[in-house]
Amino acid sequence: MTQAPEKPSEQDDLPPVPEGHVRLTIDDRIVDAPQGELLIRTCERLGIVVPRFCDHPLLDPAGACRQCLVEVEMGGRKMPKPQASCTMTVAQDMVVNTQMTSAVADKAQQGVMELLLINHPLDCPVCDKGGECPLQNQAMSSGRAESRFVEEKRTFAKPLPISSEVLLDRERCVLCQRCTRFSRQIAGDQFIELLERGAHQQIGTEETAFGEGEDFQSYFSGNTIQICPVGALTSASYRFRSRPFDLVSTPGVSEHDSSGAAVRRDWRRGAVTRVLAGDDPEVNEEWIDDKTRFAFRYTQSAQRITRPMIRGEDGSLVETSWTEALERAAGLLTAARDGEGPAPVDTDGEALEPKRGVGVLPGGRLTLEDAYAYAKFARLALRTNDVDARARVHSGEELDFLAAHVAGTGLGVTYGDLEEAPAVLTVALEVEEEAPIVFLRLRKAARTGTAVHHLGQWSSPAVVKTGGRLVRCAPGREVEALATLPDPVADGLAQPGAVVLVGERAAEVPGLYAAVSELVARTGARVAWVPRRAGERGAVDTGLVPTLLPGGRAVDDETARAALASSWGVADLPATPGRDTAAILRAAADGELAGLVVGGVEIADLPDPDLARAALGAADVVVSLELARSEVTEYADVVLPVAPVINKAGTFRNWEGRDRRFGTTIDPSGGSAGRVGGTAATTLPDCRVLDTLAVEMDVDLFTQTPEVAGTELARLGTGRPATVGPVRGPEHPDQPETTDEEGTELRLASWRQLLDGGALLADEPDLAGTARPPRIRLSATTARRLGFAEDDPAEVEGPRGSLILPVEVADLPDDVVWAPARVPGTDGTTVVTLAGLGLGHGGPVRLGGGSPMSDGSPS
Amino acid sequence: MPDPLTPVLTKRWLGPESWTLRHYTELGGYEALDKALNTPPDDIVALVKDSGLRGRGGAGFPTGMKWSFIPQAKPGEEPRGPAAKPKYLVINADEGEPGTCKDVPLMMADPHSLIEGCIITSWAIRAHFCVIYVRGEVVHVLRRLHAAVREAYDAGHLGKDIHGSGFDLDIVVHAGAGAYICGEETALLDSLEGRRGQPRLKPPFPATAGLYAAPTVVNNVETIATVPSIVTGGKDWFRTMGRERSPGPKIYSLSGHVERPGQYEAPLGTTLRELLDLAGGMKDGIPLKFWTPGGSSTPLLTADHLDVPLDFEGATEAGSMLGTTALMIFNETVSVPWAVMKWTEFYEHESCGKCTPCREGCYWLAGILRRMVDGEGTESDIDTLLDVCDNVLGRSFCALGDGAVSPITSGIKYFRQEFVELCTAQQRHPEVDRIVELSGASA
Repeated sequence: MTQAPEKPSEQDDLPPVPEGHVRLTIDDRIVDAPQGELLIRTCERLGIVVPRFCDHPLLDPAGACRQCLVEVEMGGRKMPKPQASCTMTVAQDMVVNTQMTSAVADKAQQGVMELLLINHPLDCPVCDKGGECPLQNQAMSSGRAESRFVEEKRTFAKPLPISSEVLLDRERCVLCQRCTRFSRQIAGDQFIELLERGAHQQIGTEETAFGEGEDFQSYFSGNTIQICPVGALTSASYRFRSRPFDLVSTPGVSEHDSSGAAVRRDWRRGAVTRVLAGDDPEVNEEWIDDKTRFAFRYTQSAQRITRPMIRGEDGSLVETSWTEALERAAGLLTAARDGEGPAPVDTDGEALEPKRGVGVLPGGRLTLEDAYAYAKFARLALRTNDVDARARVHSGEELDFLAAHVAGTGLGVTYGDLEEAPAVLTVALEVEEEAPIVFLRLRKAARTGTAVHHLGQWSSPAVVKTGGRLVRCAPGREVEALATLPDPVADGLAQPGAVVLVGERAAEVPGLYAAVSELVARTGARVAWVPRRAGERGAVDTGLVPTLLPGGRAVDDETARAALASSWGVADLPATPGRDTAAILRAAADGELAGLVVGGVEIADLPDPDLARAALGAADVVVSLELARSEVTEYADVVLPVAPVINKAGTFRNWEGRDRRFGTTIDPSGGSAGRVGGTAATTLPDCRVLDTLAVEMDVDLFTQTPEVAGTELARLGTGRPATVGPVRGPEHPDQPETTDEEGTELRLASWRQLLDGGALLADEPDLAGTARPPRIRLSATTARRLGFAEDDPAEVEGPRGSLILPVEVADLPDDVVWAPARVPGTDGTTVVTLAGLGLGHGGPVRLGGGSPMSDGSPS
Repeated sequence: MPDPLTPVLTKRWLGPESWTLRHYTELGGYEALDKALNTPPDDIVALVKDSGLRGRGGAGFPTGMKWSFIPQAKPGEEPRGPAAKPKYLVINADEGEPGTCKDVPLMMADPHSLIEGCIITSWAIRAHFCVIYVRGEVVHVLRRLHAAVREAYDAGHLGKDIHGSGFDLDIVVHAGAGAYICGEETALLDSLEGRRGQPRLKPPFPATAGLYAAPTVVNNVETIATVPSIVTGGKDWFRTMGRERSPGPKIYSLSGHVERPGQYEAPLGTTLRELLDLAGGMKDGIPLKFWTPGGSSTPLLTADHLDVPLDFEGATEAGSMLGTTALMIFNETVSVPWAVMKWTEFYEHESCGKCTPCREGCYWLAGILRRMVDGEGTESDIDTLLDVCDNVLGRSFCALGDGAVSPITSGIKYFRQEFVELCTAQQRHPEVDRIVELSGASA
């Protein structure tokens, strides 16, 4: 059907074809399209929906399902066969007729639909996808009502678990290859592949093909469930739980990392039933990692705290009213702040100097609004700068770096910038484990020419999947390595647009933050700080560190301090920079600080867990604001339950500095909607709790709601001075001490794995099943020297215990031991951290041959 | 009347130990190579182009033109883009088309003609690496090719500085794993790269991004084995055989109900009537019923087509295709629906599964045909067959789906009555009668 434009003169009246575009006709409409655009996209822009299954805008074209056939005419000649619009690009003067105007295209599409359905089971009524299924929908729009197929359908055993969280129903599969293409192209994980051929072709893993081998061990496997256009891939945790039309879908933001990934939470009856990736091209595109997707049942955990608790006369915690709990907390904190608590006595009963002051450890998972409330609470109610959100290894050097490069700097390096960058260097950042969405974008960048370099110890999966450019160095020698980068890396970083991504672990190596600062000054590369936790960037910007006030104002900047005091309507603010996390804990343990306010902090994550326990034990007052029972609860005098992200509105400021606002998913005041395990959860956002607590202490924070807190924070703006101080490295940047009496100088390298039994991973056994098995890694030479073969148990020995894990040989430098920083215990509740064993990245470590006495638990 | 046979490729086949280098050399083997290595590569491409040689794998694409698509650096210029990459020659020896048996005997009887052709072609396209991708089941061919390649290396025809020309070439004989789809050139390349053999999206075409994303020529065994004779004999000699647009000799392989099945090398354009004469006529004198001109993927023809000239144009004009010139001859004892069913079961088994129409269509078509042959079809099944064929033909990703429906559509076209009769038989099926009776529908 050659369609000349209805009015030929119209052609002449049209504006000239824009540069880089072509002009074609689709269904009698003239359209300009950028060169190289796929026909199916041009059709979309015109509002013409061509049915499709294999096509996905973020995946390379496949042309496998043949559902999107259209008729195409080139140079006045009709192409003999209908063409797949998902693989054909636009061309000048092309004439396209879709099913709207071509009987041939329409019949071709109807024919393909009928063929897709002949072997598709009629189990829509019990299929998780039913109601949101592209096959169902397009069968209605582009299929015939009755099938002519009377032969036997091909059947398979089903479902087939291809991992602990993804189930495969091969009968439903239309073999569009979206899942395999996603895994290969986007995630770089080739655990799933097509097997067999013809009608018996199926998706499978090494395990399903051979009965043993690798299953679908990808951190991004859940995305395949979401992009599956049929119900072939389903989630083990969501299977048979609900129908999509019974769910309320609320947009949200990932609380699991600093990515700011857009998510969609589907919920009903007060509980989230699943989390899906939201669509935000600037941030996470349409992908999220499995932690973000599958870890949501912590809000339903039996460990959730739903009512305030105070420690009773008998020393046990009892539930009480908000009023009593807040009064008690306010009284205790006021006394502790003013040094009016119980007078300490020494062993002889002599009165000692009274303890004074309260330190605040809010944790790194706060929303911007809650963080702001904490910052204000510390300064106004507790009159201190002893506040630090860094529940991890940290340093004073890091504070300098944050002040110079991060605090109050607004939107900096973006995901898009990574994609455009000629070269990226990651420092102290294992992207796939610590920032999975950043990893995906780096992989995408690497596929289009960005040289991605990693400063690290071995060719981890992230290194391999982003192009395999490793700047290998011994742990602790990162500073030296940055000073002597190989020419290709240094030259790459000198190109305009190059980026250095530095992770929070830089604090583990003295001088590394300073070296990064020096490197970017030398090369002109842009730098971005990529912390692990969702609230870390917000905490820096709101002043949840001892040297900074909200907006990046320095505590020791008198002008800025005065301006902030005036905004807050107070005479002055505490003027001396506060203690950092380690110092707060030490001061509490040493009897200097009287009280601690602790937010979402896991003791095991702290650099010195034993010190933290001592501090909590020694403090007169411990007030805990928590979601769920934790080790801190055991020490708390008052426990104030706070709302999880699904029960409040807020903002996460992600690593880019981008504000990711979200509304309340489930309103906790909405009767049954807020129930946790059958009990109405009377939890409130931290900002509200702190506001009320402050009122009890005769201080007004004006942070009753996240909205109010957010508005005030925005009004404050940033107080960032034009120049910031240099990043001071350690005064004596000497090499880490290298002493080992036995002469085997082994150094520890370490970072955390994505799925390692973190607090928000509670009650997710399916997710835990896909965690990477913890391993100790050694170079082949070192393994040989120490007498380890692959899979032999080895014992990492630290001053405070040891840990036994199997050995894997990797391309580490010699005499280096890599071990995951945190290993979940087999019982699912305990964890072992290297910090808990007294070990740290770059420090000395001993490796024992393992003994049956200590089976992976701290001795 | 001139001899209807033109032994060019087959002229050495009957010699003693014809597959040996000694025998090949005695009959003038590797002389073309010397001549070629003293000719500029572009001239070889032009020679083959002028000779009119067309691909013998089935599609009949002009061979010289295919070679000329390989991007080459311009003289005196720094090569850029694909031209800067290495070039590869890949020989498609994955002969798997039902009824086709020409490349296997050629490689068995005269492997050196293929190897010499490979060297000349590689010289012409500036390739230094050539792969012969052989169907995995034919282990005897693999053994013979390996031996021949070894002989050629030992004699200095392969390896470094071939015949003192400075030209290097390595040949690898690679065994496929027995998938029909790997005869499709892009699936073959994927298979060769160690991936799952499924056709690739085109463009890019192999000429710019083939093996390892480098410019690649994929040619059939017979095509390349013809090249040395063109270099020796010249284009005019070559054009004395065959017809204007389909010149040269062709190995016709006759199988089925003929007295002397086998390979007959005759000029393109030879008719089945002539070939049957050569093969001693129909077996036991039972008359011809139907035949395929070039394997099961080419629509079948009938006794009315005995005088169709079997070249690319002639077969197409008759409503079929020349294909691989694998003539399967069936006499009147064979049921067309049965034969069609068997062929369809082959495609059902061999469909690679990548695209919906071929994967599901072949499954469905085979199911219907089995049911019809079992006597449980209805006349409406014939319409369903044809409509499903229509939904597969031209809708599938590669030509496998097109080939799969050829026997069905052509079978029904010429022998519809046989399909109808199967259905009529079904109507008299006692079980049906009983159901009709029990349901009271006969009243």
